Amino acid sequence: MTQLALVIDLNVCVGCHACVTSCKEWNTSGPAGFMSDDNPYDADPTGTFFNRVQTYEVGEYPKTETVHFPKSCLHCEDPPCVPVCPTGASYKREEDGIVLVDYDKCIGCKYCSWACPYGAREIDEHQKVMKKCTLCVDRIYDETLPEAERKPACVLACPTSARLFGDVHDPDSVVSMAIKEEAGFQLMPEWGTKPSNHYLPRRKMKIRIHEDELVRADNPLKKEGERPKVEDDGHTLDDVTSW
Amino acid sequence: MNPAFSVIFLTTLIGVGQGLFLALYTGESYAIVNVLPSQSQDFYVWGSVISVAFLIVGLVASIFHLGHPERAWRSAAMWRTSWLSREVIVLPTVIGAITVYGLVHYMGWDLTTFGIKTGVDGDLTLILGLGGVLVTFLLYLCTGMIYACIKFLQEWATPLTVINYTLLGGASGFTFAAVFSAYMAPSLVNFYAGWAIIITLSALVTRVASLMRNAKIRHKSSLKTAIGVRDDRIKQTAMGFMGGSFNTREYFHGMSILFMKSIKWIFLVLVFLVPVILLSFAISQGSTNLLIAAFVSQYIGLIAERWFFFAQANHPQNLYYQTVG
Repeated sequence: MTQLALVIDLNVCVGCHACVTSCKEWNTSGPAGFMSDDNPYDADPTGTFFNRVQTYEVGEYPKTETVHFPKSCLHCEDPPCVPVCPTGASYKREEDGIVLVDYDKCIGCKYCSWACPYGAREIDEHQKVMKKCTLCVDRIYDETLPEAERKPACVLACPTSARLFGDVHDPDSVVSMAIKEEAGFQLMPEWGTKPSNHYLPRRKMKIRIHEDELVRADNPLKKEGERPKVEDDGHTLDDVTSW
Repeated sequence: MNPAFSVIFLTTLIGVGQGLFLALYTGESYAIVNVLPSQSQDFYVWGSVISVAFLIVGLVASIFHLGHPERAWRSAAMWRTSWLSREVIVLPTVIGAITVYGLVHYMGWDLTTFGIKTGVDGDLTLILGLGGVLVTFLLYLCTGMIYACIKFLQEWATPLTVINYTLLGGASGFTFAAVFSAYMAPSLVNFYAGWAIIITLSALVTRVASLMRNAKIRHKSSLKTAIGVRDDRIKQTAMGFMGGSFNTREYFHGMSILFMKSIKWIFLVLVFLVPVILLSFAISQGSTNLLIAAFVSQYIGLIAERWFFFAQANHPQNLYYQTVG
């Protein structure tokens, strides 16, 4: 079973919102129709978005850390938004695990948005149907695109490669390896939704230097300075590159 | 959550309609065992008509909640998994059942009409009405479970939600039945008013129980689990946009704490205290106006109660939308 998902590295995300704008650009231009905006350049703007980047401050000054946190539909393995849908418009694809909305069946009752603890679904105020991240389903299988571009728009747009895309059920995939090796975690695990999207935690990049690494073990006279040049007929490999 | 008036009217109006039918059937079954004086067919016919009217007005109100009402027929599809879908099937069934019940009363049919002699007057409506009672209770269950089944809306995820929908609907229905009988069957006024008081007081117990439960609820989700950072000192500096969005409109009522607290006391007074007092006086004084006042108070109070029910539910997605920026 394939389960396509995103892995988002919170250690790498710089909060530039490129994923937000590229998502909006791709999905508002797609065959499923526009994502409507109201008053985009006016007071009280509002609009439909599949993806947002939020910013949090953790800790207390001066020991604070800024966490940029992109959030879109997590394509849960047990999506609570699907069984509540009265029409079956909300569904999870068998073949790749993407949770989608059939815009032709949706009656716009908003019940699925109540049933999503992450707030990943929103109603399009003009088309009156529920919308959410599709993992760019109209792009990732498009064989007219070069293979390297068959990825969600947000993944391609990320300038720091904070977003990885792949099959989290394949233990050898890039995403599974990242989850395994970099301690990937899920959001709100307490509700048993089993989100497919994972996040990689903030982690400090440190190098450890031990005392004995600061002094040269092969310097018995403890005299620092430029090494004497090795004689032309000298036979040593020791510090041959020291000058 | 941000309460939608379409849903408030749907749930309160069908609650009255269902309760009224339960009252009619209770009266009829009591009359058969001669505990109460039996009534004319008109009483049941008009009672059924009013009950169906409440249900249909509620159904119409619900349409205003939909983005695409023309596709509403599709919502019967997923009854295996969705309580909303189950309600969509059961609500018309209840309307149909009460219509048939009223129609058989109108025609004056009996099982003897079909050649079966039981020796009981109104045996056919008694059987049909029993089916109606079952689907009526099923509708209360469906309506309540729509909210109670969402486990992370912790204020709703309790059997008390279903119990309260049933008892509050029943109370308002019996109060209305008392008003109705004042015009159509004066001998039943005290019976209905008495039951209305009993059901209202039972609803008071369960509603206060749910208020007490929700007052000390401990939410499982926090910013820690929401963004997966193990630190108690997390604050949002930006939710990702400066304007509004569906996320900022749908899940929060936007009213002050004072307003929330006042609404709670307002509905406790209007739904429980005032009707019980008025109904008691109406029984002792035989005043129709007091009965009408009791129903009006209770119904207005139920609108406030339902508003509070929706507003009180704290959706975990609100954790992600705390700071404009």
